[in-house]
This record gives sequence, C-alpha cells and structure tokens, in this order.
Amino acid sequence: MRAYWELAKSSFRRHSTYRTAAVAGAFTNSVFGLIRASLLLSAITTAGGAIGGYSAMEAATYVWLGQALLAPLGLFGNTELAGRVKSGDIAVDLSRSVNLTASYWAQDLGRAAFDVLPRGLPPLIVGALVTGLAMPGTPGPYLLGFVSILAAISLNFLGFFAINLLSFWVLEIRGFWMLYMVLMNLLSGFLVPVTWFPDWLFDFARATPFPSMLQTPVDILAGRTDGAESLAMVCLQFLWLAVLLVVVQVMVRFGSRKLVVQGG
Amino acid sequence: MASPRTTSPRATRDPNTPVTNLVLLKLLVSARLRSQLAYRGSFLSDVAGQVLLGLTEFVELYAIVHNVSTFGGMTLAQTLLVFGLASVAFALGDLLLGETDSMSETIRSGKLEVLLVRPLPVLLQLATSDFQLRRVGRLIFALAALAAALLLTDIDWDPAKMVLAIITPIAGAAIFCALFLGAGAMQFWILDGRQFANAFTYGGRYVASMPGAALFFPIQIFFTFVIPATLVAYAPSLVILGLDGPAGIPAWTGWLGLPAAVVLGGLMLLLWRAAIKKYTGAGG
Repeated sequence: MRAYWELAKSSFRRHSTYRTAAVAGAFTNSVFGLIRASLLLSAITTAGGAIGGYSAMEAATYVWLGQALLAPLGLFGNTELAGRVKSGDIAVDLSRSVNLTASYWAQDLGRAAFDVLPRGLPPLIVGALVTGLAMPGTPGPYLLGFVSILAAISLNFLGFFAINLLSFWVLEIRGFWMLYMVLMNLLSGFLVPVTWFPDWLFDFARATPFPSMLQTPVDILAGRTDGAESLAMVCLQFLWLAVLLVVVQVMVRFGSRKLVVQGG
Repeated sequence: MASPRTTSPRATRDPNTPVTNLVLLKLLVSARLRSQLAYRGSFLSDVAGQVLLGLTEFVELYAIVHNVSTFGGMTLAQTLLVFGLASVAFALGDLLLGETDSMSETIRSGKLEVLLVRPLPVLLQLATSDFQLRRVGRLIFALAALAAALLLTDIDWDPAKMVLAIITPIAGAAIFCALFLGAGAMQFWILDGRQFANAFTYGGRYVASMPGAALFFPIQIFFTFVIPATLVAYAPSLVILGLDGPAGIPAWTGWLGLPAAVVLGGLMLLLWRAAIKKYTGAGG
C-alpha cells in the first residue's frame, strides 16, 4: 500500500512542475465555460423557464462545475501506457513488484489531486462573477459529491486504461481512442446535460457508464438530487467501477500473455 | 529494346537535374499518403472515427435546438447551415495546418530541427509531411451537412449571395489556418501553452458552428472582431438567409470573412516567421 501512496505523491509532484500548462488549461476551460454557459442560457431564455429540469441558474452552475471538474476528473486521459507498450518499456512495468493497474491508478489519483485547485478554481471564480452559482447550503451534497468525484476519477481512469490496453493487441489505438473520446464527450453530459437529449439518445446514454463519469458528480455537488437519489447514483457509479475493473483485469491478464517485447 | 527501368515514370527524370521544391513536395505527399493507406483497417477506423466526430458535433447542437423552436433566432435547418459552413471550413483548415496545434511536441522531440535542415519551407513541410488523410472523414461529413442544410433552408438566391456562399468556406478555412498557425507560433514562446491556444482554435470552431446571437454580448464582440470565428459561418449565413444579426454581430459583417482572413493570415504569418527566427536548437 505504501508503494501506491508514494506513487500518487510523486505523480502529484510531477504534475505540479507544469505550472504554465495548468494556467493555460484553466484559461481555456474558463473561455469554453463562457461559450457553453451563454449557449445554454440563451436556449433556456427562448424556452421560457427550464429545459430538461435545468433552470437558468442551475444550467449555469452545471456548466461551471463541469468546466472546473473536467481536468481533475481526467476527461482527456493520456496514452502513456500505449506509448510504453510501443516502446517496450511496458516490460519494466510488468516486472515491477506492484500491480500494473493499481500503480497507474494511484498515479492518476495523484494527478487529480494536483489538478483540483489550479485548474478547478479559476472556472468557478469566473462563473461566480459572470453568471453566479447556485450551490447547496448543507454539507451533505459536498460529502457525497467528494465520494462521487473519487468514483468518477477512477471510472475515467479505468475507461482510458482499457483503451490503452488494446495496444497489447493492435499496433495503433488512435482509432479506438478517437471513438471512445467522441462517445464519452457526448454521453457523459460534458457538452450538454444528458436530460436535454432526445429520448432515444437519453435512454442510450443511461445504459452506458459515461454519465457516471461527469454528470453524476456535477449533479450531486450542485445539490440537484436529494439524499436518497444521490446515494443511488453513487451506488451506480460503484457498480460501473466493479464492471470496468473486471474488464481491465481480464485485459491485463490475457494481454500480458500475448505481449512480445523485442530485444532486451 | 525497352529496359524495365524506362517503364517506371520516375526513372525518366534525369538524375543530374536539380530536384525542385515541387518534385520534393510531390514525393513527400505521395509517400505520406501511401504510408497512411498501408494499414487499411487502421486507416478505415480512423476515417470512421472522424465521421463520427462530425456527427456527435452535430448531435451536440441538436441536443440544444430540439428543445426550442428557434435557437439564437434560427430554426434547426438554419443552424444546420451555420454548422455545415463552419465544419467545412474547420475540416479544411485542420487538414492543412492542424499539425501546428502540436508544435510543442515537434519542438520537444527535436523533429523541428529535422524540418529546418531540409531545403523546403517549414510550413510547407508541416502542411504536407503530416497530411492526415483520415481528416478527410471530417470533411466528408461536413460537406454532407452543408448539402443537407442548403436543401432544407429556404434561400432567396441572388448573384451576390452565390458569390458569398462560394467564398465563405474558403475564407473560413483560411481563418482556421491562420488560427492554427498562430497557435503553433505561440508555442515557441510558451512551450506548455498548447491548451492556451486551444481556447482560440477549438474554442473558435465551437463558436463558429453555433448561432452567434446565442452568445453573451462581450463574447460576440470578442469572437467577431478579435478572433473572427463568427465571420466563418454565422455572419455570412445571416446575409445568405436574409436575417438580422444581434448587436455584436450585425449582418453587414457577413462580408468581412475574406478581409479578416487576409489580415489575420498576414499577421499570423509574421508571427510564425518571428517564431522560427527566435528558435534556437537544443543541440539535437
């Protein structure tokens, strides 16, 4: 366990050295937040009140929380593992005395811990100044929201990890990566809340783990759902976590058997 | 008696004549294209991914518009026209200069030095050396969306509108090329600032494909007169559809696309040249 803690800590430090990148990310997330918020608010004004259960203030809060959590939740992922499979460095990873999945997971949690403040706070401040935020006044949503955020970080990590693991079988994962990104961006509710979707797409999105990766923590944090409902949503997140964990473990087991690293 | 060598077209070139830029360029592009087509399965999945990307970008717009009768003063078909024009422009810009978006990688990995020692302009090499054919998938979808929009909208065509409809995708592509160029040049100074540039390139694409009237007023002004994203598709669409624009994007701006592309392109080229001049190798 100690090893994973150290891995998470070193990953935190590693990411904390890229300060310019963090500032740039926060800036861009704020600009996108302004664009997204204005589009959703304009539609709500035209509709006269609310769309998909979101009033103007709630939609604005949804946008800003989403922009703030985007980086910490790891919605962009990385192709580090696939790169190591290509270069053969994966052999070093596999011969370490730590579990492959767990070591990358710990590093991702360390990254997320760093990203929260420098990348998360600026969009929230911009949002509070420009449109205002409707945040709950009781501690419940924040506590459950914290658990939900942890679950969502892990779900995003496992989803991207599974795509990376495909590199054990195929030469180039770019196509799969792209496919995954496109579906996840749309179905996680990152661009537009899933309840705004036409019915057929809403039903489809609900059958996937993607809403659990972004919309769930955002809705819980904003206090849109009551205690019992929030708890059920977190349970669903953990259910998906279990499913993805099994998928990833199976992939690691069979993939590492198939893996051939040339040279030594 | 014909030797097998003379049947090959390349062998007909006298090996003693100097290699011109054009020959080199053709060689680079065709080698690039062949290498991309070599792994057919991988290539097809890439193209499919690009088509799907275009499709989800539309669904993203549709998910908003289907809830309301008009979005930013436009019907669904009219927003499709904006989306189609913007997508064609972005797909073209991305195809030509999308590579400069990852300039910091090119600099870090030392690939830039390889490009600098070759006797061809760096920009030309960037545009061709990584000519990503898969990005054509995005263009195909964009053209389909544009065609559908032209069929579905009621447009009172006159010669001026036709001219505008033809120059708009070209001017739009030039605007995106200029934005990508600026993004690439900027990364010479701020190596970690790739995401900073994304606010203008991908943020610009996002703004360009949406009805500008739905934006906050300051955002309208910024993305029209500073970063000319609304001039790519929305402003010309206002003219073509005969609509009035919002306060920040009056309908007369519909004709500003081409001049904006020329001015922005010129400025970004200057910035790019300054960036290349500024570059000092790391001894690679």
